[in-house]
Amino acid sequence: MSTQLIRLILQRVALGVVTLFVISILIFLSAEILPGDVAQTILGQSATPENLANLRTQLGLDKPPLQRYMNWLGGIVRGDLGTSIVNKQPVAKLIGSRFTNTLFLASVSALIAVPAAILLGLLAVRFRDKWPDKFISATTLTAISLPEFFVGYVLILFFAIKLPWFSSLSTVSASMSLGERLHAIVLPCATLTFVVLAHMMRMTRAAIIGVLSSPYIEMAQLKGVSPFRVIFRHAFPNAISPIINVVVVNLAYLIVGVVVVEVIFVYPGMGQLFVDNVSKRDLPVVQACGLIFATVFIGLNMMADVLSIIGNPKLRYPK
Amino acid sequence: MSLARAPLSAKLGLFVVIFYVLVAVFGPFVSPHSQSEIVGGVWEPISSKFWLGTDNVGRDILSRMIFGTRTTLFIAFLATSLSFSWGILTGFFAAVSGGWIDQVLSRWVDLLMAFPTLIFALVVLSIVPINMTTLILVMAVLDSTRVFRIARALAADTAVLDFVEAARLRGESTLWIIFREILPNTLTPLIAEYGLRFSFAVLFLSSLSFLGLGVQPPAADWGGMVRDNSLGITFGRTASLIPAAALAILTVSVNFVVDWLLDKTSDIRNQG
Repeated sequence: MSTQLIRLILQRVALGVVTLFVISILIFLSAEILPGDVAQTILGQSATPENLANLRTQLGLDKPPLQRYMNWLGGIVRGDLGTSIVNKQPVAKLIGSRFTNTLFLASVSALIAVPAAILLGLLAVRFRDKWPDKFISATTLTAISLPEFFVGYVLILFFAIKLPWFSSLSTVSASMSLGERLHAIVLPCATLTFVVLAHMMRMTRAAIIGVLSSPYIEMAQLKGVSPFRVIFRHAFPNAISPIINVVVVNLAYLIVGVVVVEVIFVYPGMGQLFVDNVSKRDLPVVQACGLIFATVFIGLNMMADVLSIIGNPKLRYPK
Repeated sequence: MSLARAPLSAKLGLFVVIFYVLVAVFGPFVSPHSQSEIVGGVWEPISSKFWLGTDNVGRDILSRMIFGTRTTLFIAFLATSLSFSWGILTGFFAAVSGGWIDQVLSRWVDLLMAFPTLIFALVVLSIVPINMTTLILVMAVLDSTRVFRIARALAADTAVLDFVEAARLRGESTLWIIFREILPNTLTPLIAEYGLRFSFAVLFLSSLSFLGLGVQPPAADWGGMVRDNSLGITFGRTASLIPAAALAILTVSVNFVVDWLLDKTSDIRNQG
């Protein structure tokens, strides 16, 4: 790797860190700028001024914002995510195994969706404008338009109620074996896969078609190389960088989809915890969850850019 | 733009969209019941009395669907319109001004877009009280970043053309250039984008309501109705699939129309 390449990558990573830093400020400051008082919300309309003042002191709301932000960020760096307002437990303990549960669900979905999307994309290109392509394209266009809860409940109706193969509640616990866990997440995993697969497949198709219009592909076709070979050996390697980008961007999207899917299947993950605590208005938990989701999202996007910089020499010479 | 020569999918899509709008505007006048009135047993099946059955507390689903369509489309329409006005104005302004104004606005939008919309909305909704106004504002502000990007890109392409240069040399003001020169020449792709953003707003609002953080009961909206009736699925009651299907049909239809509009645009651009 040349020094120039390393410099570009470092620049991108630095940009990611700065972005994350500013986002953390936004997450924290939103509580300051926006109308709405956490103490008032928790205690309700009937709260006495003394109670309010007490709670504000207890939550540290009487200190200046900058000091509280520094305390908060410092705590997070040391692994202390703060304390929940509602049940007084450390946020890190509440998140605990939920983070790994969410990671498990998202990774299994990604392991299925990514190869499937690339394969379907290649197939659609191979049979471009013939019936397999039209069928795949029409199906994925519909899939993009379907909300997660529609897909989720239809799956539950057919594969948990009409055919009792799976449970409609995806409970996992520490004592379960890997096989039992996998069986428990079949339906949420299928929902997530279905939703991201469509996006990924359409973008893969577009990326390969973009490469297929280059002169060297025409050359290969003219000298009589078989269509499969043209796609796999000639087009695919050059489409890899846009495809990697597509894949990683969609994995980031998966992070968002996971929130809704966890609620549908009552899966004990971070998305569920996040949503619960938004309705309870437990700000420390919400801010910690928001920051973790943001970190993963920004991290994945950064990875996509770094991989494209490595994979595509054109990006190394910015205009 | 001749509708007669549009593909069947676009005609069908347009027909469905018009039907939804008619339901939203006039439906409540012909609705058999009000949205919160309890009229029957829990989860009664589809019958001549209840065309779509009853819900988890015995309310008429047809009536709730009608009112829900109005609420959902109304909020999505206001949020999208607000986000469009703001996004187009700032996007065009950035493209026409160029220089540091463009830089500052673009970097700010990059930053906001580096954060998933749903997560941001959830953080904000944990602080502000949840009602129609805050929902519309949150959705509009978060969505305007997307509109800004596309409006800026479209305007940047147009702003270098000769007639804009001519207007500039005539001494026209920035606002005049934005509204009289650039807007008319970017209208079709912007309308297509409006359709996409609108269907996204409907989906987004429904997701929020489904999570219990959107439209608050007893008001009906699609996402909330899915949530209310979701337990019924385990008893084989499909009430929650009705609003979900209504939502799916609308987004598919909007996509059909948008595809057609975008095809039209690329045709025009290629000819020109």
